[in-house]
Amino acid sequence: MAKSATEGAERATRSSVSTRPATYGATARPHGGFELFSWYFFRISGVILIFLVIIHLTLNHVTTDVSQTVYDYVAARYQNPFWRVYDLVLETLALLHGLNGLRILIDDNVRSRGWRLAAQSTVWTIALVFWLMGTMTIITFQPGTAGITNLFGLLK
Amino acid sequence: MYRGQSGMFSWLFHRISGLGILLFLLLHIVDITLLGFGRTVYNDALTIFSTWYVRVATLFLIAAVFYHAYNGVRIILVDFWPVLGTRYQRAMFYAVLVASVASWVPFTIFVMMPCLQAGGACSS
Repeated sequence: MAKSATEGAERATRSSVSTRPATYGATARPHGGFELFSWYFFRISGVILIFLVIIHLTLNHVTTDVSQTVYDYVAARYQNPFWRVYDLVLETLALLHGLNGLRILIDDNVRSRGWRLAAQSTVWTIALVFWLMGTMTIITFQPGTAGITNLFGLLK
Repeated sequence: MYRGQSGMFSWLFHRISGLGILLFLLLHIVDITLLGFGRTVYNDALTIFSTWYVRVATLFLIAAVFYHAYNGVRIILVDFWPVLGTRYQRAMFYAVLVASVASWVPFTIFVMMPCLQAGGACSS
């Protein structure tokens, strides 16, 4: 956790663009630790997401117009557990990929340590809250019932 | 050389499109959560996605998705075959732009079709 020395070096590298390896928009592969894992995660989840997202867009904007994607359409689709699993994987990978991108963006742009900690904490709180919202909905949705709101006793 | 050239724009567009898609993803999780509040709440809320202005916004989202997807492929190719990045850097960036537009155009037709037809589901 001794950061001051490495942080200084990191900043020097970041502020001087010309010292970056010429990867043209890509980030250089980190040497190890979480950043290396993150580097691979971006690429692997990215490749999977290309297929999941383009199929998802085609189904809900081309073969079915968005005006038809109503409650009963979801109910019919979710009769098949395949689409629940599909949506769960899509939701989870997209959130992790997107919020990991936001994490990098914050590290690149927020220089004060305190604000960076605050921003990163916000990102991962959002990740948890939104992942729980989506996941509960996808798993518990039953047509004609109040679904997740049953858990909180909000509706009868 | 980096600043002001295609390498910078591909990077900048990747960040902006990624951030835009992430914001929509959070909104989309919220609207899907409305399923748990029953048929009426969900269907009433979702009518906003059929308006002409949200359809136009959807076109921006789809453009961002295709750019981010194809530019991601370009980044992965350059990562594993660095010679592509040094030799065909500019050509690959233009290939990403062409592929994005080519994929986006058919989607714009399907998304906007209801607004061009009489009685189409395109409210204001």
